[in-house]
Formats: sequence, C-alpha cells, structure tokens
Amino acid sequence: MASVTFDHVTKRFGDVIAVNDLDLEVKDKEFLVLVGPSGCGKTTALRLVAGLEEITTGNVYIADRLVNDVAPKDRDIAMVFQSYALYPHMSVYDNLAFGLKLRKTPKKEIDRRVNEAAKILGIEQLLDRKPKQLSGGQRQRVALGRAIVREPKVFLMDEPLSNLDAKLRVQTRAEISKLHMRLQTTVIYVTHDQVEAMTMGSRIAVMKDGLLQQLDTPQNLYDRPTNMFVAGFIGSPAMNFFDAKIVGTTDELYVDGSSFRVKVPDSKRPAVTRYLGKDVVFGIRPEDMYDRQFATNASLDNTVSVTVDVVEPMGSEIYLYLLTGAKSFVGRLDSRTQVRPGQQIDVVLDLEHMHIFDRETQEALV
Amino acid sequence: MTTAAIAQAREREASLSARLARALSQGPLHVVVLLICAVWLLPSVGLLVSSFRPARLVASTGWWTAFTPPFNFTLGMYREALSTSGMAQSFVNSLFISIPSTVIPIMIAAFAAYAFAWMKFPGRDLLFVIVVGLLVVPLQMTLIPVLRLFNALGLTGTFLGIWLAHTGYGLPFAVYLLRNFFGALPKDLFESVYLDGASPFTAFFWLVLPLSVPALASLVIFQFMWVWNDLLVALIYLGGTPKVAPMTVTISNLVNSLGGNWQVLTAAAFISMLLPMLVFFSMQQYFVRGILAGSVKG
Repeated sequence: MASVTFDHVTKRFGDVIAVNDLDLEVKDKEFLVLVGPSGCGKTTALRLVAGLEEITTGNVYIADRLVNDVAPKDRDIAMVFQSYALYPHMSVYDNLAFGLKLRKTPKKEIDRRVNEAAKILGIEQLLDRKPKQLSGGQRQRVALGRAIVREPKVFLMDEPLSNLDAKLRVQTRAEISKLHMRLQTTVIYVTHDQVEAMTMGSRIAVMKDGLLQQLDTPQNLYDRPTNMFVAGFIGSPAMNFFDAKIVGTTDELYVDGSSFRVKVPDSKRPAVTRYLGKDVVFGIRPEDMYDRQFATNASLDNTVSVTVDVVEPMGSEIYLYLLTGAKSFVGRLDSRTQVRPGQQIDVVLDLEHMHIFDRETQEALV
Repeated sequence: MTTAAIAQAREREASLSARLARALSQGPLHVVVLLICAVWLLPSVGLLVSSFRPARLVASTGWWTAFTPPFNFTLGMYREALSTSGMAQSFVNSLFISIPSTVIPIMIAAFAAYAFAWMKFPGRDLLFVIVVGLLVVPLQMTLIPVLRLFNALGLTGTFLGIWLAHTGYGLPFAVYLLRNFFGALPKDLFESVYLDGASPFTAFFWLVLPLSVPALASLVIFQFMWVWNDLLVALIYLGGTPKVAPMTVTISNLVNSLGGNWQVLTAAAFISMLLPMLVFFSMQQYFVRGILAGSVKG
C-alpha cells in the first residue's frame, strides 16, 4: 500500500541545509506528524514528498516507488496548504472537481466523488459558492475536500489549522483525526504546535535545524524524550531544567543542584552510575511536582524547599513560578494549594519521572 | 435627568460636533478636488460647446458667449464632418487597425509575463530588465529605421505593418504591467494547480487568465485608446492613402492646406471620441482596479 520512505534525504538551499540526512519511514495508513520550531525543515520535508522541491541527495519512495524524478501530479498525493490555495474564481464544486477534470475522470464519477466528499465534510450546501463567500473554517473544509476527492495514496497537510481561531482549531483537529480513521489513508501532517502533534499523530517526528531528533508515539515522546530539545518541546508548560551534579556512592546516588538535593530512584540508578561526580542537567516536568500536604510519599529524598514567586490559578490547577536559589521554574500543582507570593513551601518531586541529561551532548541518560 | 440620560445627551452632542468638525475639515479638500476637475474639464467642455455652434461664430467669439442670448446652436458641423467623403470608411479602418493592435500585443505580453513571473529559465531577470528598459526608448527615434525596414519588406501602407508597429510599441509596458500582476498571485495557487495535474498551459488558461481580468481589461483600455487616438504612427506607416487611413488621419485632413475650416475639427473630434468613451465607461470599474494592479495587495 502507501508507505512513504525518506532514505537519507538532504535538501540544501545554497549554503543552508534545510533537511539534513532525514531517514524515516511513514507506515501505511499512519498519521505521522512532523513537528518542530519554524525553520526546522518540516515543511521542506513535506514539499520534498510533494515534489515541489527537488531533493539534493537521497531518495524518497512512495509506496516503494522511487519518486525523485516523478512530477508532482504523477505522485498520487494530495496536499492541503496552509493558505488553503483555493481557486478564487471557481465555485466550491469546481474547486473540488478541478483536479479530477484535469485527469479526465468521467463526469458521473466526478459528481459522485465531489458529493461524497462534501457530505463527509458537511459542505453540501456551499457547493455553489465562491471561496470569498466562505468563512475561514469553511474554506479549510473545501481545501480538505479538494484533497479527499482525489482519493490519493498519501495526504500531505502543511499547517492546515494555523489560520483558524483557537476554538475552531480544536474542533477541526478532532475532525481531521476522525477523517483519517474513516479514510484509512497515510497522512503526513506538518505543524509547529506540539498540542496538535500530540493529539493527532499516530507517531510524531520532532525536527530541529533540519535534523530528526526523535520519532516515536506521542506518549513515548512525553515519557522518554531522547534529548533536552524534545523534552523541552513536548509538554506545556515546558519541562524545567536544572544544572546539577551526580553525587553520592554507587549504592546511593543523589542529584545535587546546589540549592536542593534529591535521590536518584533505584530504577534509574544503573544508567546514572557512570556519571557519578560529573555535571548533568536534571529535568522535571511541572506536573510531576506536588504540594507536600497532598503528597503521600514525602521524604527528605524527594522534597525541595522553594520560594513562591508568582501564582497563576487556572481553576482546575494552579501554576506556581518558584525559586530555588536564583533558579526560577514552574510547577503545576493541585488547585487546593493555598500559597501567596513570597511564601516558603515544600514541594515533593515525583522522581520516578525525573530526567537526567548529559550536560555536553544534551542526550538523555534515563 | 438621570446620569445615564445626561451621558447620552453629551455623547450625542459630541458626535454631532465631531461630524461637523469632520465635514468642515474635509470641506477645503472637496473644494480643491472640484476646482481641479473644473480646470481639467474646461478645454473639453469648451470644445463640446463649440462643436454645436455655427462655424462663423466659433471663429469670431469665445465659446462661453454661447450661453448668453441669442442662443445659436446647430448640428451643422456634425453634419459636415459626417458627410465628409471617406469618414465611414476611415471609421471601419480605425476599428480594423485598433482591434488587432490591441489583441496581438496583449496576447503576446500575457504569455511573456507568465514566463517572466512563474517559469524558471536562465537569464530571466536580465531579459525582463531589457524588456522594461525599452520603455525609455522614445517612439519618435524608431520611426525612420522601422520605416526603412517596412519599406524593404513591403509593409508600408498595409494593415499588417501598422499592427506590427503598434504591437512593438505596446509590448514593453504590457509585459511590465502583467508580469507584476501575475507575480503578485499567490505561489500556493500554482503549486496547488500543478499538484492537481495541470501543465503550465492549463495553469495559464485556467488560473492566470481568469484571475487577471482586471489587469487585462485595463491594458485593453490603455492600448485601445492609444491606438485609436494615434495620428503619428498611422501617418508614418500608412501614409496618406485614404483606403487604409484611420479616423485620426481623415479628420486632420478636414483642415485645408491653408488651415481654414478648422472649426469642423471640434465636431469631428467628438465623433471620434465616441467609441473610446463607450469602451472606457463600460470597463471603467476594471480601469480603476487595474491601475492599482500590483501596487497594493488584494
């Protein structure tokens, strides 16, 4: 069926390397999300699959067919653009039908596919309108519809939700996920929004500076980031990082952050042992912190005394900007926590979910 | 009065005074605009009034005296101009010159502009600069060399010759305007249409042309008016041959060799203006939009 394979693909624009030795396989029927900050090469990678950019070195395969020199129109793919790129002078019906007409699809078949796509997307009553008479959300659906009617092997989506308002984005996010389940087609989806990536992707490829950082399921990315970039990129608020040192003995290891000291749990100890006495980065997510009075397993080994800097009640929870020594970090605590700025509190860390990174390479140890 | 009512009354007062202030501040602007319009229109109005007066009065008194009694208006000069031999023939000639001289350059320019805007080929920008650079060449400088060339090729005095001449003179500006317009079309549209399976030709005919109607229409107006009103180019390349002479040439021939009978020109000018005015008013919405083509987005 339709897998997409990047075989050591590199794309250069002059001196700039947009995609650097990308090697990944998108499985058949998979919803793969390419995510990363702007300029990380995710859109370029997508455009390489579409054939809108030429590959500098390496090979791209669609359904095991080498497509390096295949024209975009012959790759059996459909793309949804960030700007939608609807044809402004054509009605919605013609927008959907145009690609099929160019491919000399029989009129009856065009009619059937357009109506079916319109029904799936709930835009049947809009078929006679021009794009400028549509709202942003409706245009977005037409853009999706134009891809659907083609019945391609692979859908390519380039930040299709970024022009929608926040509420509509959440709604459309779920609809695209449903659509994927229904159509059972391979999707490559580009976004800079880690929430979109987490909620929609079967797997997520995190990119930075043209390099693939990690390719994994959303939960694995969250639980076991391979480096500091992925750890900081996935999750909101972002993971807190502290410069620290591993101290103690081979039987009892501690993370020493000068203003605090916590024990490395037994499960993590083997991986950390060889860093005894060395500089590391200690990472802990805001949601892995608890107010001492609501924590069940508080002990000297996992409790840190901190100063409250700013309090942000969110209703369901409370964000605290905390200080330990001169270092500021964020905690996401139970909303029952009663604190005032300036107050000294004890925070219990869930050390089973701690992360340790090599200070030099920024690679994760545990 | 409640406080709310007081506040409301104050607000009304404020908005009234604001409107008044705005009207007053814009007043001078309106006056200036109207003045400019009046100055601009005055010669044409004078010409129009003169064309309805008897020739002997036109020669002896100013056109503004027509508005004082006794009122002396006549269609005599229109009758004279229309009955001039060859006027009907030259109207047809004018059409026969103007329409191809409008269609041919714009068609060529559209293809060229599309290539300059959206196709990659070596030397593209240099070529474009050269084409646009041709805008600075004064038409008069080209008359003699081109005439010699036409003589050698036997094109002098033929419609084909003047079509080619107007095509040459019109192309640089047309290419320039259309390239800027085409270039401002969103890139995503082209990528989308190529993914949909279009060839460059399909993209040109199904995407670029329909989206460029305003620019094309304004170019049509420009080029048509220029060719229709042209006397110099027609005189040089067609000569005085009545069989192929356009209206401008026939009208200028109304004046006899001593410069007499020039009053008839007033009526003849308005007759020849009729068609361009029709073209202009039927396409004026595109005209205004087209002038702005490429200057602002949307």
